[in-house]
Amino acid sequence: MQTDEKFTDATWPAAPEKATLEGKNKYLGFWLFLGGETVLFASLFATYLALKDKVPNGEAALAKDLFELPLTFVATMLLLTSSLTSVYAVYHMKNNHFKQMQAWFVITIALGFGFLGLEIYEFNHYVHEYHHTFTSSAFGSAFYTLVGFHGGHVAFGLMWFISLMVRNARRGLNLYNAPKFYIASLYWHFIDVVWVFIFTVVYLMGMVG
Amino acid sequence: MSTYANKKGFGATIWDYLTTVDHKKIAILYLISGGLFFVIGGLEAMFIRIQLAIPNNDFVSAGFYNEILTMHGTTMIFLAAMPLVFAVMNAVVPLQIGARDVAFPFLNSLGFWLFFFGGVFLNLSWFLGGAPDAGWTSYASLSLHSAGHGIDFYVLGLQLSGFGTLMAGINFLVTIINMRTPGMTYMRMPLFTWSTFVVSALILFAFPPLTVGLVLMMFDRMFGANFFDVAAGGNTIIWEHLFWIFGHPEVYILILPAFGIFSEIFATFSRKRLFGYSSMVFATVLIGFLGFMVWAHHMFTTGLGPIANAIFAVATMAIAVPTGIKIFNWIFTMWGGSVKFTVPMLYAVAFIPTFTMGGVTGIMLASAPADYQYHDSYFVVAHFHYVIVGGVVLGLLAGINFYWPKMFGTMLSEKLGQITFWTFLIGFHLTFFIQHFLGLMGMPRRVFTFLDNQGFNAGNMISTVGAFLMAFGVLVMVINIIITSVKNEKVGNDPWGDGRTLEWAIASPPPFYNFKQLPLVRGLDPYWVEKMEGKKEMTPAEPLGDIHMPNSSILPVTIALGLFVAAFGALYHMDDKSWTLPIIIVGLLITFGSMLIRSVKDDHGFHIHKEELMDDKDKGGKA
Repeated sequence: MQTDEKFTDATWPAAPEKATLEGKNKYLGFWLFLGGETVLFASLFATYLALKDKVPNGEAALAKDLFELPLTFVATMLLLTSSLTSVYAVYHMKNNHFKQMQAWFVITIALGFGFLGLEIYEFNHYVHEYHHTFTSSAFGSAFYTLVGFHGGHVAFGLMWFISLMVRNARRGLNLYNAPKFYIASLYWHFIDVVWVFIFTVVYLMGMVG
Repeated sequence: MSTYANKKGFGATIWDYLTTVDHKKIAILYLISGGLFFVIGGLEAMFIRIQLAIPNNDFVSAGFYNEILTMHGTTMIFLAAMPLVFAVMNAVVPLQIGARDVAFPFLNSLGFWLFFFGGVFLNLSWFLGGAPDAGWTSYASLSLHSAGHGIDFYVLGLQLSGFGTLMAGINFLVTIINMRTPGMTYMRMPLFTWSTFVVSALILFAFPPLTVGLVLMMFDRMFGANFFDVAAGGNTIIWEHLFWIFGHPEVYILILPAFGIFSEIFATFSRKRLFGYSSMVFATVLIGFLGFMVWAHHMFTTGLGPIANAIFAVATMAIAVPTGIKIFNWIFTMWGGSVKFTVPMLYAVAFIPTFTMGGVTGIMLASAPADYQYHDSYFVVAHFHYVIVGGVVLGLLAGINFYWPKMFGTMLSEKLGQITFWTFLIGFHLTFFIQHFLGLMGMPRRVFTFLDNQGFNAGNMISTVGAFLMAFGVLVMVINIIITSVKNEKVGNDPWGDGRTLEWAIASPPPFYNFKQLPLVRGLDPYWVEKMEGKKEMTPAEPLGDIHMPNSSILPVTIALGLFVAAFGALYHMDDKSWTLPIIIVGLLITFGSMLIRSVKDDHGFHIHKEELMDDKDKGGKA
């Protein structure tokens, strides 16, 4: 099959991400990979819950001292919105609208960087204001590992989007790169879902003690 | 683009294997490196048995004994059994489902090289300041305080090879779901394919907890985190849970493919359809499912409390039910069959009583109150060697003998194979049967020596003699392989004469595109179905056409190599050496650079044209 052939709106298939065998394999393989990632984050969540507020002495900061909802709320909104904009991008991908797809992905990336910036600010804040560091307590190790793993995933996702967009900027959509855009956005949704759980388990449950 | 017909020199062959994405060649790579690590792990076992042959022996020091013991377990599980299982899976599964390759040939190669570099990294610890010495389970309470870099080699080496395994798992799942030939429904899949399918799902869900456990250990040892440091609020039990949430499914990851291999062998050499096919499939899935619910039976004495112990004890005993279904189905497959005792069949027949004994001691160990007596004694050592050697290793030896002609186009010698079989089997029982009693008499496991006059002398000596017999058997097998490869007498499609499944319907070894035309499957044991109707070959499911094949690539090697380099930097980083950071950066640049090249460079593969295929008359195509 000629995967780099040019399509018109009329010939573009309804599900371009699954139109070739390679695409179908990628689609399924990536869903399975996300299953493995789920277990990875589940293990990190379990570790976090086991070590929450486990600190060496009475002076160390606990969850209820650290978290502030306004900042986390803004970060959550940025990330949730970026998931929505990536849906718009995939919608345009499915309709063979390359320009609009790129535009929505640019917005997605901008929102992602906003989230990442807030997270860096937040970590910096905890370290300097509360001396809550990676090495100060088991709670600190577990917190930075869980939230940091998620932040690392966000950073990787951003790099992924950027390299895909730069690579395909001049040639538009075809059946070879459509699955790539699709699974990158699938990954982005997964990161978003993990954040919803972090928001609940780490921040909301941290606030109530 | 198709260069498959070219004659090649030695350097070109090496390059071919470095860049290959062909599942059959990757199978050979897995077989060679797994075999190599099996020999290394076997040597370590011999050192253990020599040290324990007589009381108060000083063949090795106590510290060195800990390293040998740790590396024996780690090597045998991660670097010998796993790759050998993957060797058979790669060699056979795509052929059994009538596919031209796996779903992700590039990932397949990457998975191998990650495993390979991880294994090499782990074993380099011997030359770089000492091997890990906290047991293959590497409990945090021990390993956090282990001096030197042994544990760091363990953590980083297993992390690397673990990534490779995870990729292989996803690859086989997608391959089996998406790439089956027309007519190959799920309930017509050979049992080995079924067990690969279930095992791949286990890998997918079992390896991430290990990854997390290793990451936490790495952070604790190298970057000053406090996950397992009780003084800073940490908890060492977290490691035990994460390790066994991985570790228990891992033993099913090893044994289920062996079950699959035996199912193929029983049916083939009884010349009879596998008894209770659908119950076998059901039992395989059920074992895989239950395998995730029993991890805490390794932790009965940790102090989780009577309720947790009771639940895990009952769940563990429940696994005996599907396993029993399988044992009886194998026996019923032979019942009334016209049984031919070839070498693979000998292994299969010997496996039944051997594995059942391991299963019975498993039930004994599953009783939590009794386990307090058996725990950490040689009884446990005897139990897990009965299931792993008596199940996995016998399965792999059987599988290697059975599929050798399909992989290499020549048959291993039956006579030498029988010598290997008898010495290995008798040696095995000599080594490990007596260890049940040593354990019940109170000999603790993982001790480097024992005192005289405790009643342990005779038992340990018998055990050591048995180990030498096993080593002799393996040696004969190596000689067998060398003689066979030198003679290289070519065989046809179906050298055993009773092949039932698709892999026996094509040439040995198969052409690199496997099937000229995808075969049409008309029932369980498709090749047997055709044979019973008097046909010599499969009916094609498609007209002869162009075949799309993936390009080979060196990038898997460079991606894995970069991580290998970075791992050295990370390992010595904790010593505050100035050169470590550049090493980490260079290594990661190699890896991420290679990934970026892979990402931006289009790889459409190539086509073998119909005309070229028509020229290959002997490869079994019909226009």
